[in-house]
Amino acid sequence: MKELRLMKGNEAFAEAAIRAGADGYFGYPITPQSEVMEYLMAEKPEERTGMVVLQAESEVAAINMVYGGAACGKRVLTSSSSPGISLKQEGISYIAGAELPCVILNVVRGGPGLGTIQPSQSDYFQSTKGGGHGDYRMIVLAPSSVQEMADFAGLGFDLAFKYRNPVLVLSDGAIGQMMEKVELEEQRPRFTEEEIIQNTPWATTGKPKTRERNIITSLDLDSGRQELHNIALQAKYKEIEKNETRYEAIQCDDADYLIVAYGTSARLSQKAIDILRAEGIKVGLLRPITLFPFPTEIISKLAGQVKGILTVEMSAGQMIEDVRLAVGCKVKVEHFGRMGGIIPSPTEVVEAMHKKIIGG
Amino acid sequence: MANITKEEIRQPENLIYKKTDLMTDNTLSYCPGCGHGTAHRIVMEVLEEMGIQDKTIGIAPVGCSVLAYDFMNIDMQQAAHGRAPAVATAVKRLHPEKFVFTYQGDGDLAAIGTAETIHACNRGENIVIIFINNGIYGMTGGQMAPTTLPGMKSSTSPYGRDVHSMGNPLKITELIAQLPGTIYVTRQAVHTPGNVRKTKKAIRKAFENQKLNKGLSFVEIVSNCNSGWKMTPVKANEWMVENMFPFYPLGDIKVNED
Repeated sequence: MKELRLMKGNEAFAEAAIRAGADGYFGYPITPQSEVMEYLMAEKPEERTGMVVLQAESEVAAINMVYGGAACGKRVLTSSSSPGISLKQEGISYIAGAELPCVILNVVRGGPGLGTIQPSQSDYFQSTKGGGHGDYRMIVLAPSSVQEMADFAGLGFDLAFKYRNPVLVLSDGAIGQMMEKVELEEQRPRFTEEEIIQNTPWATTGKPKTRERNIITSLDLDSGRQELHNIALQAKYKEIEKNETRYEAIQCDDADYLIVAYGTSARLSQKAIDILRAEGIKVGLLRPITLFPFPTEIISKLAGQVKGILTVEMSAGQMIEDVRLAVGCKVKVEHFGRMGGIIPSPTEVVEAMHKKIIGG
Repeated sequence: MANITKEEIRQPENLIYKKTDLMTDNTLSYCPGCGHGTAHRIVMEVLEEMGIQDKTIGIAPVGCSVLAYDFMNIDMQQAAHGRAPAVATAVKRLHPEKFVFTYQGDGDLAAIGTAETIHACNRGENIVIIFINNGIYGMTGGQMAPTTLPGMKSSTSPYGRDVHSMGNPLKITELIAQLPGTIYVTRQAVHTPGNVRKTKKAIRKAFENQKLNKGLSFVEIVSNCNSGWKMTPVKANEWMVENMFPFYPLGDIKVNED
């Protein structure tokens, strides 16, 4: 039976990870996501399910522990915030190159550099366009509630194993820190040894006489084979684009104008839309749930219906590039956002809509 | 004595030595005279003798031995430069019943991976670390390593290592022997049959320790790099005995029998 709890976003993610049958968590403290590991340590998941929780010596070590755990067929995860996620990029690139499943949570704070500990969405480019070296993609899930923080732990593992690909849950300091009602899934069992051998026959579990040795690597010095590997990766990403695009369209049916926003920005944009609709202006919200794959098709379709589109992001405008690619030059697309850890108010969004789109 | 043909000699009953099946038939990518091939073989012989091929996972990070998985006939994972002890930590924690080892060079273990090395050792991860120390970055073409001797020439210390500007060589093995998590720390070599036997014994002891859940065993193998050192294999071994061994003396550094 599902369980109803009042929890912080970070705690909900941690609890949901245990319930999703995670085998191992490897992390390093950084604000505003430290509650993930604190919660896990306090919960003693070793006793609850046998899950391993380890505080690593660095984010670099933590992501490489995830690389090791994923290689041997286990459900493993890590979490961090922006500067720590930058440190993990080397490992993420190896994980993507070796095609291993894992879940990574980024509770984004403002940057660049050490920046601030306040919420931000300025890691969109890093999350969706690569981040580490090489041509690779992560599946990027963007929660906008504590409920989705919980839901995306389990969904993240499912997608990661379906595609043998790292999944990034791109949250922010507001969603991570705020408390909301959350409905938690029932405990899923951890993989048994037999299930690992059955479901992930590529995993490094020790070579029996009955099969060839398993090798987990991203290295191939033969350029011809390396190119073929890259072609296969790109085909996988296309498949992910085809099957896994997720979004929420709110009040879009009669909309004359559209806001595109995810995460915290989507929440406050919804308030802005209420104000605008009270003024008699029909505005809809398109909330991308997956940032890769990006909901290009629906945005392109809505661009044929509305007179203008405002993207709201807590950044200098990063997702707007993908919105403009989807829209082409059909209608005007403008950005509104605040930076450095400031969350815009709904009235600021209303003003921006008037100034940049309706009156602009 | 009657004439014996080659075919008659090559009968199973005449076989007194063969390559372990845990080494593949792939041609080694190492330079002639390099110690890696011998080190690979004795690690694999130990696994075969212990009968743990089906329970062993090896981790080989960036360096000359990055392609160890081409030669070792076991499940293996390639790791990023320096990160093998972190990778091995997770594999062992998640599969405590398996045998897990890393096989690392000096640049990897004692420079870029210093943090991962020290912390895995300090946590006492129940793994085996095989550390090949040849005082140079072999794969990238002979650059100065953390273990390059004072005055020793490399492509990035072409006039010899000047410790005042380039820092001192790091005796990381002595350093990690201080840590409570290490159970067995030893330094060996593979340049003579006698040394090969001693090193194999040390590797066996390291894996036996893991079997008994005793903690981290660390086996350094001082080796040569005739290509990087720009010497013939014979000269490189002589140079190693004369210069490397006085600085990196062979023998057990820590043996905790508790």
